[in-house]
Amino acid sequence: MSTHYKTPTAAARGLGSAKSGTGHHIRQRVSAIALVFLVPWFLYAVISATRAGFEGATEFIAQPWNAILMVLVLGAAFYHMRLGMQVIVEDYISKAGMKQGLLILNTFICVGLFAATVLSVLKIWISAGV
Amino acid sequence: MAGSEWTDPRPMSPHLQIWKWHWTMAASIFQRVTGFGNYLGALLVSVWVISLAAGPDAYGFVEGIMLSPIGQVLLFFWLTSLLFHFANGIRHMIWDGPKAGFNPKAASGWSIFNFAFAIVAAATIWSLATNLF
Repeated sequence: MSTHYKTPTAAARGLGSAKSGTGHHIRQRVSAIALVFLVPWFLYAVISATRAGFEGATEFIAQPWNAILMVLVLGAAFYHMRLGMQVIVEDYISKAGMKQGLLILNTFICVGLFAATVLSVLKIWISAGV
Repeated sequence: MAGSEWTDPRPMSPHLQIWKWHWTMAASIFQRVTGFGNYLGALLVSVWVISLAAGPDAYGFVEGIMLSPIGQVLLFFWLTSLLFHFANGIRHMIWDGPKAGFNPKAASGWSIFNFAFAIVAAATIWSLATNLF
C-alpha cells in the first residue's frame, strides 16, 4: 500500500494526519452546493409562510412542493451544520473530554432537530390532506 | 484556551492574534463566525417549525417572540449572517473548483464585496418582506 516513512513509535503515538479530512471536506462542499440552491428558496418560504399567522403558515408548508423542499433544506442544513461545528470544536476546544463531549452534543443536536423538524413538516402536510 | 493544556501534539489551527487584519482574513474569520451564528439561527427556525406542528397556541407564542423587537433584531442578524456565509461560501467553492480569483487584488475586492452584499441584500430583502407583503 503506502510507503511508510514514519517510525513504528511515531505511528503508535498517532502523530500526523487523521486520514479522514478529504471525505469531510467533500461532504461539506456537496452539502454547500445543495444549499446554494435551497437557501434562496428557504428565505422566500419563511417570508411567504409568515405572512398570515398560523393558518397561512400551515397552508404554505402543507403544499407538497413546499413540504418536499422544506425537508431537503432541513437535511442539507443540519448535515452542513454538523460538519462545520465539528471543525470549530476540533480547532478551539483543547481538553480531550470536553472536546469529545461537545462533538457528541453537536451530533445529537443536529440529528435530534432534523428528526423533530422533518416530522413536524410531515405532520402538517399529512394533516392538511393535500 | 485559558486554564487548560493542549494535549494533542498535532499542529494547531492559527489563532486570531497570529494574523494581521486585512480583508481576506476578515472574510475567512467571518465565514466561521457567521457559520456559528447560522447554527444558532437554525435553532430558532427549528422552534418555529416545531411550534407550527404543535398547534395555534404554541405557534402564537413563538410568533410573538419573533415579532418582538428582540426577535426582529435577531432575525435581521441571522439574515445578514446567512447571506454573508452564502456569498463567501460560493467564493470558497470557486476557489476550490475553478481556482479563480486567487490573486491578492481580486481576493481582497471579492472579500469586500461579500461584506457589502450581505448588508445590502439583508436590508433589501427585509424591506421587501415588510413592505410588499
